[in-house]
Parts: sequence; C-alpha cells; structure tokens
Amino acid sequence: MIPVAREVGSLRAIPSGGIVSPTGNPDLPREKEKQFRRELILRALQTLQQKV
Amino acid sequence: MTHESNDMNKKIRVVHYLNQFFAQLGGEEKADVGPGFKDAPVGPERALQQALGNNGEVVATIYCGDNYFAEHQEQVLEELCRRIAEYKPELVVAGPAFESGRYGIACGAVCQAAQQRLGIAAVAGMDEDNVGAGLYRKTTYIVNSGATIARMVAAVQRMAALGLKLARREAMGKPADEGYLPRGIKRNEFAAKPPAERAVDMLLAKLRGEKFTSEIAAPKFAAAKPAAPLGDLKSAVIALVTDGGLVPEGNPEGMEPGRPTRFTTIPVGGMDSLDPDKFDAVHSGYDTALANRDPNRLVPLDTLRVLERQGIIGKLHDFVHSTGGAHAAVENATLIGRQIAERLKAAGVNGVILTST
Repeated sequence: MIPVAREVGSLRAIPSGGIVSPTGNPDLPREKEKQFRRELILRALQTLQQKV
Repeated sequence: MTHESNDMNKKIRVVHYLNQFFAQLGGEEKADVGPGFKDAPVGPERALQQALGNNGEVVATIYCGDNYFAEHQEQVLEELCRRIAEYKPELVVAGPAFESGRYGIACGAVCQAAQQRLGIAAVAGMDEDNVGAGLYRKTTYIVNSGATIARMVAAVQRMAALGLKLARREAMGKPADEGYLPRGIKRNEFAAKPPAERAVDMLLAKLRGEKFTSEIAAPKFAAAKPAAPLGDLKSAVIALVTDGGLVPEGNPEGMEPGRPTRFTTIPVGGMDSLDPDKFDAVHSGYDTALANRDPNRLVPLDTLRVLERQGIIGKLHDFVHSTGGAHAAVENATLIGRQIAERLKAAGVNGVILTST
C-alpha cells in the first residue's frame, strides 16, 4: 500500500508486517515477533528523522 | 415596435453582485465597505450587459466589501435579498471572483440565498480551486472562470449564457458542455456502447498514447507540506494513531467499521501492552482475527512503552487515536486527519507512528 500512501501525499511510509497485522508477524514465535516489531518501529522512528 | 409575448424573447431582468474592487470603489482598503447598490452599470456589468445582449437587462448592481461580507454574512445576505427582491429580477449573477477566496465565498452565498430564499435563478463565476467553489458548487451553478482577470469577457459570456438558460428554466446539460463546475449529481443515461467496450476503447487509446476521457474523475489530493524531520528522539513525544479500527472491547462508542465520519481517543497512559481482552479491531476492510488476538500487531503499544522505558524516545503519548478507515470518503478522511493532528499538536506531540491496514 506504499504507492497509495505516496499518492495521497504521505511521504514517510515504510512497509509494514502486512495488511492484517501491520506491526506483527504471526508466523514467528512470540519473542521473535516482538523483536520484529521492535525493528520495524525503530525503522519508523528513523524515517521520522529523515528529510523528505 | 412589435411586442413579443413569447417567453423565450422576454428580456430577463438581472441583478449583478460584485465586490468592492469590481464595483470600482477601491481595493483592499475598501474591503470593509458595507452592502450597497448602483443603478448604473460599471465595469463587469457592462461586460455582462453586452453578453446578455437583447435577452436580458442588468437592472441593478449590488456590492459588498469582501471583509464586511465575511464578518457579517447573515446580516448582509438578509439586506441583499431584501433589495434584490425589490428589483424583481429573474436572474442573479455574482462575480466572476476568479481566485479571490473571500469574494468567491460571497458570490456563492449570494447565489445560494437568491435561489433558496427568493426562488430566483442564480449563477456565480470563479476559479475551480476557489474555496467558494468547494463550498457552493453542490447547490449553485458556478462557471469556471479560471484564475486570471484576463479571462473576464469569456467568463462573463459563459455566465450570461448559463444564467439565461437557468432563468428560462431550460434543461441544463452536463458540466463540461455548459461550462459549470460539476455539482456531484449523477444522472443515468444510455450510452451507445456497453461499458465493457468503452473501457477497452479507453485502454487501447491509453496504450497507443492517444487522448481519452475518463468517465470518472480521479480525486485530486492536495499536497500537504511534510513536517520537518524529527530532531533528537530522546526528547520526542511520540503518538500512535491507526486507521485499523482499534476500539475498546465491545466498541462502546459504536465506531463505524467503514465509511468513518469520526475517530476515537483511547487512553493508554500507564499501559504496557494492549490486552486482547480489553481491545478489539472493528474494520470492514480486513480480517481482524490476528489483530484481535494481539492488538499490538495493529498498534505497537508494547514496543513503544519499552522504547520509552529505555530512554530511546522521550515519551509515549497517553492517547491512541483510531478510526476504521475502510471506504473512507476523501473529505471525511481529511477532516478526521486534521482533527487528530490538531489534538496532537495541542498536546505537544512531536512525531506520529500511524499504522495502517
């Protein structure tokens, strides 16, 4: 859905864990899923610090 | 002299509304002038009279300063309507306002009032991006005058032609044909070819690099200026927002699963994680099973709380703003976004992570 985000003007957009679990990955065991979520959020926070 | 009793040839009485500038009272310094009336045509009314030819007569010019109108709208409309009624016109013409926003709003409001309060046909003129067009295009016929005054004569000619049709209660054609802004009205009509053929014709034209006209206009998204990059994360207040329809268990506020018109504010101060027994996802556009089992997959509260504890971010904002974004009308989505942004700004939030489904 990133192209949609860009088209409506949301320039700071990063790929999520998917439509049904944006900040999750249910295929992973619980602790690995939390690690996945943490890495995604850190990337999001980094994106907030980028100039667009 | 032959008297024409045929309605089609009766001279339509027209009242023209102008702002202080076009009524030749002055520029911005006269924007405070109150409503007034002139019996003799000046400037644009002469153009209007020319455009009307023998079909109509501009019997009066009414005006109001743009600022005065904006600050006393209801009072001005009452007075203008009273006076318009005295002239007994069959048509009210307002503008063209081109790009001037206050003037455009006034033109739209005067036309709407003439129609709704006096039952008089009315037509306004302004640029399609004029804020007045957004407000009044659905209730009033607005001719797209373009942005520059250089187009005055062309605009007035189209306004006169449209106005005469309206005054004579003739059938009105499509916006593109008659030169008015689309009013959002859909009418069924028979086409020569079935839709599948028309779609394929359009696609073939597109592939060949030929011109084609889409039957549906793609919405225009106003480009928002991106916020400046966030500085130091350690002092930043970060808020979580979602369009995935997070709600407290049982959806106590009855949040809409789609076509949202509002958002909800969920307090999360002191919460370490979103408990699946205390939160639900209500959204008609995706399978919410996974989010229901662990709402942190939708709104990553647990992670943000850890990052806050670890000092990587300054603070996690105490409220999650949420709506169910399925089939959101662009207008509603824009309004919801703006309202949420205002709240976050007032609360001193520096950055937002919005999770979208």
